[in-house]
Order: sequence, then C-alpha cells, then structure tokens
Amino acid sequence: MTTTESPRVSPGRPDRREGKSPRKRSGRPGAGTLATFIAPGLVLFLLFVILPVLFAAYVAFFRWNGLGGVPTDFVGLENFRNLLQDEVFLGDLWRLGLIVVLSLLVQLPISFGLAMLLHQRFPGRTAFRLLFFVPYVLTEAVTAVLFRLVFSPRRGFADSLLANLGVDSQVGWLSDREIVMFVIFGILTWKFFGFHMILFLAGRQNIPDELYEAAAIDGATGAQAFRSITLPLMGPTVRMIVFLSVIGTVQLFDLVYVLTGGGPFHASETLAITMYEQGFQRNQIGYASALSIAMFLISLVFALFYQRFVLNRDLQGSITTAGNRS
Amino acid sequence: MKVTTRRARLLRHTGFYIAAFVTTAFVATPILFALLGGFKDNQQLRENALGLPSPWNTQNYTDVLASGAFWQQVFSSVFIALITTFIVVACSAMVAFVFARYAFRGREGLFTLFAAGMMFPFAVAVLPLFIILRTFELLNSPLGVILPQAAFGLPLTIIILRTFFRSIPAEVEEAATIDGAGPWLFFSRILLPMARPVLATVSVLALVGSWNSFLLPLVVLQKSTWWTLPLGVTQFSGQYASDTAKVLAFVMLAMLPALVFYAFAERHLISGLTSGGTKG
Repeated sequence: MTTTESPRVSPGRPDRREGKSPRKRSGRPGAGTLATFIAPGLVLFLLFVILPVLFAAYVAFFRWNGLGGVPTDFVGLENFRNLLQDEVFLGDLWRLGLIVVLSLLVQLPISFGLAMLLHQRFPGRTAFRLLFFVPYVLTEAVTAVLFRLVFSPRRGFADSLLANLGVDSQVGWLSDREIVMFVIFGILTWKFFGFHMILFLAGRQNIPDELYEAAAIDGATGAQAFRSITLPLMGPTVRMIVFLSVIGTVQLFDLVYVLTGGGPFHASETLAITMYEQGFQRNQIGYASALSIAMFLISLVFALFYQRFVLNRDLQGSITTAGNRS
Repeated sequence: MKVTTRRARLLRHTGFYIAAFVTTAFVATPILFALLGGFKDNQQLRENALGLPSPWNTQNYTDVLASGAFWQQVFSSVFIALITTFIVVACSAMVAFVFARYAFRGREGLFTLFAAGMMFPFAVAVLPLFIILRTFELLNSPLGVILPQAAFGLPLTIIILRTFFRSIPAEVEEAATIDGAGPWLFFSRILLPMARPVLATVSVLALVGSWNSFLLPLVVLQKSTWWTLPLGVTQFSGQYASDTAKVLAFVMLAMLPALVFYAFAERHLISGLTSGGTKG
C-alpha cells in the first residue's frame, strides 16, 4: 500500500543503543532501493493474507454459492443471526470450551509435572526429553490416521489390548457420541504434551539457581522453595502456554477432521470443520465466511482480553519471560 | 542426615523412573503399533495384536515403497516445502532488513500490518483463498499451496529476523559502506552470512509448517498429481480401509522423514518450534 508513495529516507538508525554517531554515508539507499526490498514480501502478503481476510469479511454479509463473479444477494447480518441459532455452531463452541477446560485441568498440569521431573538431574533424562517431543514432530493428519486404526472397532489396537486382558470391549471409541470427545482429548494430549513440556522446561531453566541457593541457606524446604520461587516465576511461561493452547484449540481442524470427520452426528465437530463443511461441501460460502469471521473474532477477543487482564503483569520486568528466545 | 538424603534420593529417582517409563509407554505404544503392525499381516493383527510379528512380513512395506504414488507424494511434499521455505525466508529477510536498518515514513505502520498477520488464523482465510486461487487458475498447481503458505509464514519470520538484524552493530555497516558496499552488497555478503543460525531457525519453522500442512493442500490439490504425503496417507487409508496392516506400513513410512529429520536436527527443530510457539 505505502511502498509506492516514495518513503523519504532519513539517516538510518539501526540500533538505538549502539547508534552513537549519525552515520555519514555517501550512497544512502534511495526510495527505489528500499521499495525493491519490500515489494516481493508485501505483494505476497497483501494478495494471500490481507485480501482473503477482507474478502471473507465482505462475503459474510451475502448469501452466495461461490459461483459466477461477485456475490450480489446482500443479506446483512442474517448469516450471523443464523449462526447463533445453529445447533452445530453452538455445539462447536461447547466442545471448544470442553477441550480448553480439560487441557487446563489435565494436559497442562501433566506437562508441567513432567517438565519439573525432567529438570532434575538423573541418568537418561535427555533421552526421555527427546522421546516425549516426538509426537509433536509428527504430522497431525498422519497421526490421525494412525489413531483411527488404534481405535478402530475390534481390529484396532485398543480393542485387541482389552481383549488380551479378557475384556470384550463394546465401546465404539470414535463412534460413540458420549465418549468421542474424550478420546480426541486423549489423542490431543498425546500429540501436544511434549511441546508444552519443552516450553515449561525452558521457563524453569530460566529461573536462576541462586534463588534456590539463597532459599536453602534461609532454611527453606524443597516444597517451600517450589511454592514461593518456582510457581510464581513460572507464571509468565504458564500464561503463555495457556494462551497458545487456547488459540490452537480454536483452530483445531486436521486431527479431528481425519479422525472422525466431525462425527458421529456432529458430536466431535470443531468450528473449522463446520466452516469447511458449509463452505466446501454445501457451497454456503456466505454462511461459511460468517463462521470464519466468528472464529477470527473469538481468537481476537480472547487475545485482547488475555493481553489486557492476564499478560499485562508480565510486561513489568519479571525475571523470566517465555517470549525472550529468538 | 546424610544417609536419609541418600535414601530419599534413591526413592525419588525410583519415582522419576516410574513416571518417565509410564510416559514413555504412552508415547511409544501407538508408534510401535504402526511400526510392528506394518510387519504383520491382517490375520496376525487380529490374533496377535500385542506380540512381535511372526513371521516378519515385509510385503506391506515393500508394496508401499514400490508404488509410484508414495514416491510422487514424497516428492511433492519435499518440493512444496523447499520452495515455500525459500520464498518465505528470502522475502522476509529483505523486508526485515529494511525494517531493521532504515528509517522511513510509514515504517511502523507497515510493520504493524505485517505483525497483525499473526492474528489471522489460517482457517479464516482458506475459503476466500480458494476463490482467489480459482480466479488465478492456481488450483491443482503446487504454486497454489506454496504462495499462500509462504504469505502466512511472513509475519513470524519477519519478526524473528528483524530482531536479529537490529542486533548487528552499526559499525559493521559503516565499515562496509566505507569500503563502497551498497545496501544489496551489505545485505547479501555480510548480513545474511552473519545471520546463518537464525536463518536456520526460521527455515526449520517454514519447512516443518509446510510439511505438516493439510487444510490448504486438501482444498487446493483436488487431482492426485501433486498430492502431498498427508493427503496421500488419508486417501490411502480410505482406499485400503480393510487392509489395516498395509495402511500401518504407509503411516510408518510417512512418519519416517520427520523422525529422521528430528533425529539429525533435533536441536534446531526444538529451538525453532519452541521459538515459533512463544512468539506465535
């Protein structure tokens, strides 16, 4: 947008702290040179990020099947009103909440505990650390195919295991609407606990040992040190991981889509799957765009609230920050 | 006191190992199921699900490895990942260079625009992207996957690179300028070589992101000519739904490149992914 209107070049200040003297340079780069540096990235970004998002925001106000030119059937807020009465959409929100709550109560505490464990020195801890990160490295869609086979009825690994223990499993792991979300949560835990563990571990390693030494000199027990040093100083890391976990859950698609396709009867559907179904299977482009925008707003509102009420404490110079690596 | 601490440590270590081995079993079981399952036939899978294969049956793996589709998908995945990485790192480096080292009117606004890109979940854009790509006739073309992926990779890459470029002292640039180097020469001959470690980090991020990408290829690549591995695996598992052992072999082979990459580039991969996580 702004590259073409000639940016006036003032003497560069590469680094405020280091830039002691104003530079005297014979060939200061002209506007043209700067523009050629920026142009490829900017064009790519405008065309494939900004334009689609604006387009989605526009189409959300139309009824449109996606064919033939531009949308013409303006319906105002109707798509959004319909969303709020759509049981599938409301179910998506409920399931989103369920996964978030389960993550906070089960998955993150487990990752935290394992990180504290692997922070201790004991033989073999490097190997364990490497191993626990493996699931995160695997492609979600491929992981989903694997777990579909693990949980396939009778022939799957889960049922075979139970059969070997003498239990004839009648459970349809992925076809029972009562339990499918819990199975999916288990798989999500398998996939992501190692990632969260590594982040927790990095946060723990940023806490200086001197604090624990000082506490020990003052006669603090291990439990006291954990409560008064580890927990408070891990705060920023914890808050960052919670943030990442929630934002990631809002966008959940690959794993669940391949695993169950959102079924049975929408019982495991996510926002992104509903959007995909409406947009690509039923050609309700306007409605699906409204859903996209809703997804965006959910992330945005959450991010803003979180920044405002939870993260702002972290900006005031705490010892450890999760975001200081590059 | 000494003795009890020793015993306490022994006790604690035992606790560590129990927890660590339980977690190991949790992590490894599904992967071993795929690895060993690929060496069984379907009858063994039913009757001997937990034990080692007997006899070891290599047919499933050799079948997959002998099929053209598998290699075509490996090629597509590698090709798309490499080109995506090249485009995103090259474009980001140039943009980040200007942002980091030159002041000009509109710079902060432009930077905010790029940074705001981090706020857009990819799923929000996929539907309009599909329509845009259809208009440009990029459906069923690898470029239709590469360009949007690269575009969505820009914000994070630019932010990471800008931070690094800013940290290089002004004296380095002054010396280059005195020797007569213009911005292009300084950028390509001095800055980029200095940035090698951080370029490796952002490349790993882009590479892994592209390799794992599923929704965009699913939408863009409707014909199988350019299918990537994730698409191939899901399709294969549908096609051979009754041949679990063969699907397991395919799954295992599809996971293998990532596992090998992790084994060799573990440090880069972990630091890249975690920095992406904390920045994202």
